[in-house]
Amino acid sequence: MKKVMTGNEAVAHGVKLSRVQVISAYPITPQTTIVEELSEMCADGRLQARFLKVESEHSAMASILASCTAGARSFTATSSHGLALMHEMLHWAAGARLPVVMVNVNRALGSPWNIWTEQTDSLSQRDTGWIQLYCENNQEVVDTIPQAYRIAEIVKLPVMVVLDAFVLSHTAEPTDIPDADLVDEFLPPFKSDFTLTSRRHQAFNPIMSPDYYMEFRHKIQEAMDQTKKVARDVDEEYERLLGRGYGVMEKYNWDGFDTVLVTSGAVTSTSRFVADELNREGIRVGLLKIKMFRPFPTEEIREVLGGLRKVAVLDRGLSFGQSGFFAQEIRSTFCNEEERPRIFGFVTGLGGRDVTPEMIREMIIHTLENDRPKEEIIWVGLKQ
Amino acid sequence: MKNYTIPEKELLSGGHLACAGCGAALGMRLALKALGEKTILVIPASCWSIAPGAFPHSAFDVPVYHTAFETGGSAAAGITTALEVLGEKETTVVTWAGDGGTFDIGIQSLSGAAERNDNFIYICNDNEAYMNTGIQRSSATPYGAWTTTTPAKNPKERPKKNMLEIMADHRIPYVASVTIAFPEDMIRKIKKAKGIHGTKFIHLLSPCPPGWRIPSERVVHVSRLAVRARVFPLLEIEDGERYTLNVNPDAIPVREYLEAQGRFDHLTDEEIEKIQSDVNREWRRLLKRTEFSSALFHANQR
Repeated sequence: MKKVMTGNEAVAHGVKLSRVQVISAYPITPQTTIVEELSEMCADGRLQARFLKVESEHSAMASILASCTAGARSFTATSSHGLALMHEMLHWAAGARLPVVMVNVNRALGSPWNIWTEQTDSLSQRDTGWIQLYCENNQEVVDTIPQAYRIAEIVKLPVMVVLDAFVLSHTAEPTDIPDADLVDEFLPPFKSDFTLTSRRHQAFNPIMSPDYYMEFRHKIQEAMDQTKKVARDVDEEYERLLGRGYGVMEKYNWDGFDTVLVTSGAVTSTSRFVADELNREGIRVGLLKIKMFRPFPTEEIREVLGGLRKVAVLDRGLSFGQSGFFAQEIRSTFCNEEERPRIFGFVTGLGGRDVTPEMIREMIIHTLENDRPKEEIIWVGLKQ
Repeated sequence: MKNYTIPEKELLSGGHLACAGCGAALGMRLALKALGEKTILVIPASCWSIAPGAFPHSAFDVPVYHTAFETGGSAAAGITTALEVLGEKETTVVTWAGDGGTFDIGIQSLSGAAERNDNFIYICNDNEAYMNTGIQRSSATPYGAWTTTTPAKNPKERPKKNMLEIMADHRIPYVASVTIAFPEDMIRKIKKAKGIHGTKFIHLLSPCPPGWRIPSERVVHVSRLAVRARVFPLLEIEDGERYTLNVNPDAIPVREYLEAQGRFDHLTDEEIEKIQSDVNREWRRLLKRTEFSSALFHANQR
């Protein structure tokens, strides 16, 4: 059924379709309409879940880890400072191998206060052991949440589904709500191998000596490696059943060009428009949208970008003292390769500054006209 | 001959790693006897993160969920919510946290859970400092006490928080103080808490031999002195307003309690006098509240 809805409404529908049993969340702009909609759904019985209205994001994460351990499919949503406050428990989630799903609405971090879109909040959590999936539009949001649970419950790792503040969260667009019966077929009820129950005397998260700890860390890395295939398989299965698939990355306008722009999130849509426009003008450039940032699809990136001459990377976030996150990751992917593209790292759109078609065009033209990047970061849209 | 009211079944085995004479070990043993097997323990960072033993060992004969320091309230809320959704009604969820995890870093998540009246028992094992990390002061450390961060030449200058009143003011159904020196009272209160729906808060005073600088065999004795000197009254507060004093102390001088412990060795007579007058004032305040609650209760009855 098609409906005009915001990204945050799409999140709520995705949660409902996933038959989540426990929700625990704390309001933060621009996530609030997610928790409002879920509260309504729980109140009128459209969603058979218990909603814990906790007093902080830290408690939101701590409580869903506990409810998931006790055998309930669990969800939370947050943004920016809320995600930063959860940081400790994000590590805990992966360490405990809990298949929880969280939506993060990308928003810049203070100081100074800023409520608009930027990816630094989620990307700076890249080392916490969470799978990260970035969505381009509201349709992808509603489709990704059931996929996220499916992936999480197979590989036993938490999944973060990410969408842009306001550009998606508060922008309404026609979105098809997937058929509930088909989603049920796709996503079976949650069954955990190790459930916290008074019927079995087990210890969860005990202290573990150096004799064991490292092997458990190794297992998390193995699960991350396994995720690369699982995420693709899950997406293919979703597409077979429900008619829409996204892959862990998507090549667009890929026609034997030797220069490609790499994007993620909502700015991908603007980039598609620019790439089409440039191609009509005879300027040859392709586009690569990366959906899955963790695990980073290293092998696939090598395969698709390996033969190219130049790669422009659009980063809407920054690791101070290094460069954009995506640029760093793509550079490291190629460091041991004989043949490697020149990587141009663009940083733009911080704190919700608009990334216009003109700015994207500027990045592409800059990449085409220069033999190699002169700096690690090429700032676009920075006022002088 | 008096009837033996303490359940015989042991749910804490020997071989745990608590110190000799640890008040928290005796407290845990008694608490588990009262709680029984249908219990899930939630343990935020505290001595009991270590004491059950490291993976793959556990001294508990009940399931245990270890969790981060400040999540005693929120983790229990998550578990109890999941159990409700899954239709499990027989299990009691019990958080066992230290005073640091309760008075300080965990007060927010505990307050949140209490405000929602989430259905679990919260036991604060109060040994009046961060003992697991090596005796650093917490907001449960009493006035004048030595700790490694309040050295004898600059001991703690502020009184401890009144956590019992803070919790009672959440209007949760049940709040009670217990010590291992009164085991029947402790067992009765925990069993009573088990039968009440909502958030229950049990405050356990838990002498720590290395932290309080007392001999291992004096833990029960010092616990009893705390009650007798009115430093730690044994009481119950129901629905935030009905006060019951369970033990009428014989009001020994507080000096006897203080002098039994090395952590107060440096105190001057003036400081001991000040502590005595603080204890007297707090006791009068408690009596007034108890009388008021009794008057209110009787007024409501009419």
